[in-house]
Amino acid sequence: MPRDNAIQKVLVIGSGPIVIGQAAEFDYAGAQACRVLKKAGVNVVLVNSNPATIMTDKALADEIYLEPLNVDTIKRIIEKERPDSILAGLGGQTGLTIAMQLAKDGYLEKMGVRLLGTDADSITRAEDRELFKEAMEEIGQPLIPSDIAEDMDTAIAVAERIGYPVIIRPAFTLGGAGGGVAYNEEELRVVARTGLDLSPITQILVEKYIYGWKEIEFEAMRDAAGNAIVICSMENFDPVGIHTGDSIVVAPAFTLSPREFEMLRAASLSIVDALGIVGGCNCQFALNPESFEYAVIEVNPRVSRSSALASKATGYPIAKVTTQIALGYTLDEIKNEVTGTTFACFEPTVDYCVVKFPKWPFDKFGGKSRKLGTQMKATGVVMAIAPSFEMAIMKAVRGAEISLDTLNKAPMNDTPVEERLHNLDDLRLFTVFEAIKKGVSLDTINKITRIDKWFLSKLKKLADYEAKLAAEGLTEENYLIGKNFGYPDKALARLACVKEVPASMHRAASYKMVDTCGAEFAAATPYFYSSYDEACEAREILSTSKKERVIVLGSGPIRIGQGIEFDYSSVHCVWTLQELGY
Amino acid sequence: MKKAYLVLANGKVFEGWRFGAEASVTGELVFTTGVVGYLENLTDPNYYGQIVLQTFPLIGNYGVIEEDIPDKAQVAGFVVREWCDTPSNFRCQYDLDKYLKDQGIPGIYGIDTREVTRTIRENGVMAAMICDEVPADLSALTAYEIKDAAAAVTPDESAVLPAAGEELCRVTLLNFGSSAHIADALMAKGATVTILPYTASAADVLATDPDGIVLSEGPGNPNELTNAIETVKALVGKAPIFGVGMGHQILALAMGGKCEKLHHGHRGGNQPVKDLTGTRTYMTTQNHGYTVLADSVNATEIYRNVNDGSCEGLCYYPATPAQSVQFTPVYGNGPHDTSFLYTNYIETVIKSKKAGEC
Repeated sequence: MPRDNAIQKVLVIGSGPIVIGQAAEFDYAGAQACRVLKKAGVNVVLVNSNPATIMTDKALADEIYLEPLNVDTIKRIIEKERPDSILAGLGGQTGLTIAMQLAKDGYLEKMGVRLLGTDADSITRAEDRELFKEAMEEIGQPLIPSDIAEDMDTAIAVAERIGYPVIIRPAFTLGGAGGGVAYNEEELRVVARTGLDLSPITQILVEKYIYGWKEIEFEAMRDAAGNAIVICSMENFDPVGIHTGDSIVVAPAFTLSPREFEMLRAASLSIVDALGIVGGCNCQFALNPESFEYAVIEVNPRVSRSSALASKATGYPIAKVTTQIALGYTLDEIKNEVTGTTFACFEPTVDYCVVKFPKWPFDKFGGKSRKLGTQMKATGVVMAIAPSFEMAIMKAVRGAEISLDTLNKAPMNDTPVEERLHNLDDLRLFTVFEAIKKGVSLDTINKITRIDKWFLSKLKKLADYEAKLAAEGLTEENYLIGKNFGYPDKALARLACVKEVPASMHRAASYKMVDTCGAEFAAATPYFYSSYDEACEAREILSTSKKERVIVLGSGPIRIGQGIEFDYSSVHCVWTLQELGY
Repeated sequence: MKKAYLVLANGKVFEGWRFGAEASVTGELVFTTGVVGYLENLTDPNYYGQIVLQTFPLIGNYGVIEEDIPDKAQVAGFVVREWCDTPSNFRCQYDLDKYLKDQGIPGIYGIDTREVTRTIRENGVMAAMICDEVPADLSALTAYEIKDAAAAVTPDESAVLPAAGEELCRVTLLNFGSSAHIADALMAKGATVTILPYTASAADVLATDPDGIVLSEGPGNPNELTNAIETVKALVGKAPIFGVGMGHQILALAMGGKCEKLHHGHRGGNQPVKDLTGTRTYMTTQNHGYTVLADSVNATEIYRNVNDGSCEGLCYYPATPAQSVQFTPVYGNGPHDTSFLYTNYIETVIKSKKAGEC
């Protein structure tokens, strides 16, 4: 289908201030959406209260309102601007909730404003716990045993019926705010009260707690013609129980056999089809590590926080394609801009490993509990790409700006490491590594943490290597292994107890390209990650360019005191340099 | 760790380490882009004579799960960046190295697989060898060609497999080497399946009294199979025909069409195919090196590859009751997005059977 020409003026709702659970991802998505709309000749009206965003730039929108994001303000703007459509699926939960409220009370219809992308009914079906349950039952997709409650007595009755422990998930809150696990009625009373209070519609889900299952996500995309694809699978290093936003996440999923993979892929496609999704969608599953039993955890009928990760992990621009679909195009009509020759209707494949590592605010707030659970606490993320998991996780930890260049972190107190393994906190990766180094068996660690043995075995390779390096010293061979495991020279010298790596030994990094297709097609958009192979694609490309070059250093993960302001200035720096011919 | 080399026919040499069987081997080097599915690849008869390279760097993560695969590996050799000696899956029986040793398949790891893939992408599919020493003379390598692949992987015996549940029709499957997954799909839809080797004569096929005839997938060059092409010519019109993969190519050749070799083939589980008769585009599993030239045959092109525009499906109706697709509608645990093709075919067969009875 070609572009829908009835769409001439579109109101885009941004994501507002950076909050936990809703960081720069939605500025990224919204800015991409604005660019697509402008390029299609659409008049873009943008509302966002956050001035530090790229999307509030004159270059990206025709009219910009730096106004509070609430129903009344949006109504006023609609009355003044009279847009024919509204795009709400890219600004995160805030924008979507406002648009849904406007749709539900008939305001959008009255004003002749069309909700682009996934329609209001579909969004309701995905977000309303009860309707969602019905929709999943219709297509035979299993859910975790649960029921909704709107008061305390019901909550207790439900918990007794499905059995403790239970997890409380409040409806319509960001990043799972107000949720928690209860092992008995006493605990339930506390957690359920908070959840009910925090939910804007005083509704909570009381759900069977399936701690220890694998948490797997799929990013899917569907167009109005019904073409549907899965863009990326993701696997949480931490099992179900720690919020995805606080989990170390890898892409693609590493520990699934084709049977499990296709089972969950088919489930995702069946879900987006049954819900009638038009655009991007995020499906989260829990998978029993000992069987094929699985359950749908939740579905986000919009571009989500994970979409940004999936986009950058695969090179597939989810927000951009979602917007093109909203304009009426089908997937087979949209060009894959990374290759420039193939189309958006394909499932990207990767030839590298991606690790996402959260950035927590605990270093800023000494007294704050480092405990992680169902309520997200991370303010930002870093992502690392490498040819191996070991190198990727080492890069991610280095990128997180927590003053570490290896996984060795001195414990905060003298509690024995076996005991600390029980802690669900931000130090978990380092505690696990410490335990491996101290000789705790992988079986024991797996039993306590439920982290898949695949990940533990990989961490053990790093631990074994460090022991070998300390014993044998820094040989040519050990140096190369270390580089391929992701150790910087300084760390290698330190671990080998030498002053520095001899200049003759030093190897420079080479750079490989992210291209959506595992090198099956040539890529036109340079986007690189480092490795220690001989062949370097970046040098190949640079050797054909006559332009002077400038390296722009970005700002790293979002943390307290450093929001997206510095992303904003870096982007402008890049644009200006490009204009100047660099 | 034992050093080994991957030597390409264009003279490029990649250094890596041995795993799997110790033998040296020569084969046609191809790459496949699936993240999961290495066991399916190793056992896919379409890879006969080929050294298969996985573009995803971590291979062997879930080890070997025997119940998911046939008992015999088919590839000539296996190239990976890293193989996993600590696999993890609740069904995992043992690791990939043991499997390759048991099956006598040499492997090489520690290879910059992305660079090898780029080489093939730019220069096309070429021969390569896995060996312990780089030979001074590469002429044997450059002369390498896969010959008689179908003969090598197709069993001579015929078999009759019962329908799952009530028998709705009888289908005879002409086996070009890779037929098990097709037989499973047809049986599941209610067909009793008779499998005959592709060397069977038209009379042999008709003697099974088929309501429908399916031409299976298989490895190699379709132009080599001149006898089979003649057989299919004689079968056209006798019962509804459905061709898959090699079967699609053989049918086109029997109908007067032409096949040619693709630059670097289609191998992986994410090949987008557009339905030219509708609005949908499907993800398909593919593993083939040759393609039918759609213009060369008197048929309607019904499916087309979105990436390179090559022919993915032909319909010979109404003149001739035959249809074919280049991709694999259902392969093991891969995508099942186009399994409706078998449903539609069985419906056609039942309809034509009933029309014949009246």
